[in-house]
Amino acid sequence: MSDASIQTSKTETGEAGFGDYFALLKPRVMSLVVFTALVGLLVAPVSVNPIVGLASILFIAVGGGASGALNMWWDADIDRKMKRTQSRPIPSGKVEEGEAFAIGIALSVMAVVMLGLASNFMAAALLAFTIFFYVVIYTMWLKRWTPQNIVIGGAAGAFPPMIGWAVATGGISIESVLMFALTFAWTPPHFWALALFTKGDYANAGVPMLTVTHGRKTTRAHILGYTFALAAVAIALGLTSVGGPTYMVIALVLNAMFIKGAWDVFRRTDEDSEADTHKAERGLFKLSLAYLFLHYGALLIEASLKPFGLGGWG
Amino acid sequence: MAIKAEHELHKRRFSRNVGLGLVLVGFVALVYGLTVAKVGEIYQPEATTEATK
Repeated sequence: MSDASIQTSKTETGEAGFGDYFALLKPRVMSLVVFTALVGLLVAPVSVNPIVGLASILFIAVGGGASGALNMWWDADIDRKMKRTQSRPIPSGKVEEGEAFAIGIALSVMAVVMLGLASNFMAAALLAFTIFFYVVIYTMWLKRWTPQNIVIGGAAGAFPPMIGWAVATGGISIESVLMFALTFAWTPPHFWALALFTKGDYANAGVPMLTVTHGRKTTRAHILGYTFALAAVAIALGLTSVGGPTYMVIALVLNAMFIKGAWDVFRRTDEDSEADTHKAERGLFKLSLAYLFLHYGALLIEASLKPFGLGGWG
Repeated sequence: MAIKAEHELHKRRFSRNVGLGLVLVGFVALVYGLTVAKVGEIYQPEATTEATK
């Protein structure tokens, strides 16, 4: 889309609707934030007043959304160049860059202050750090500088269960660190599996992606490496107080499947991949979606069994 | 382009106003609920102590 067509689109559509502002908050990313933060809160050993819990999850979601708006403000130049992001509110001309910045800053401050008032200082500090990490460390600094950008971005997305845990307990513990590590180690194989079968135009936008800078063979090796790290974290999480037999059975099956999938992707050449329209890569990506959901779901099952004396390691 | 009584621009502006209004009402309700919960937490132990005396 050229600049001219962006201008045309703007004058035709006029003012932005409510949905355009909501889209600034990256609702799909927010749904993952809500789910993982909720699990972090519910599996914690301290019970939380339902209204305090609901409000805290909402403020964590708003904080995550605000960092999404600030990301769109900073990345407006590259979003205009890539097909995947051209329909976002700023490149499509519906929302001004300054508006996105103002909304992002205002919602960030509001979310952190309100989370602090609703729960505790530790949870608010973690949310503030998450926003800072995603916007400054990832978006402004490392995204356009290193092909490991996915790894760094994954860290920002991994904080919500730690924040949820902090809402309940007021602190950090091995369980919350391992929940962070689960999402952190999951992000690279998840995203790079996708990158192997989609043709992104990151090179045009000047964003160094591993598939472009180091080649697809290296990307396959990286997927396998992170998958081993991911499996170790997933099993270690099962040995803590939030784990239990149900979680462990689910984790063992899923990690065996994930390692097998990553191994298949590692062993293939690009010719093999083209020949069957990236079957193994697509399969690994689909499995990665279920993988994270089922791991957190298994933690929830363990927590819900505890009142009946069934969950956990007894 | 003729400006009609119900231009698409008005619809967008209306959707934005209604959306923002609902968000603000929701925020007020949430802060009210939080206040009730927090005040309840503070006074609950004392109330229990009074009841046991």
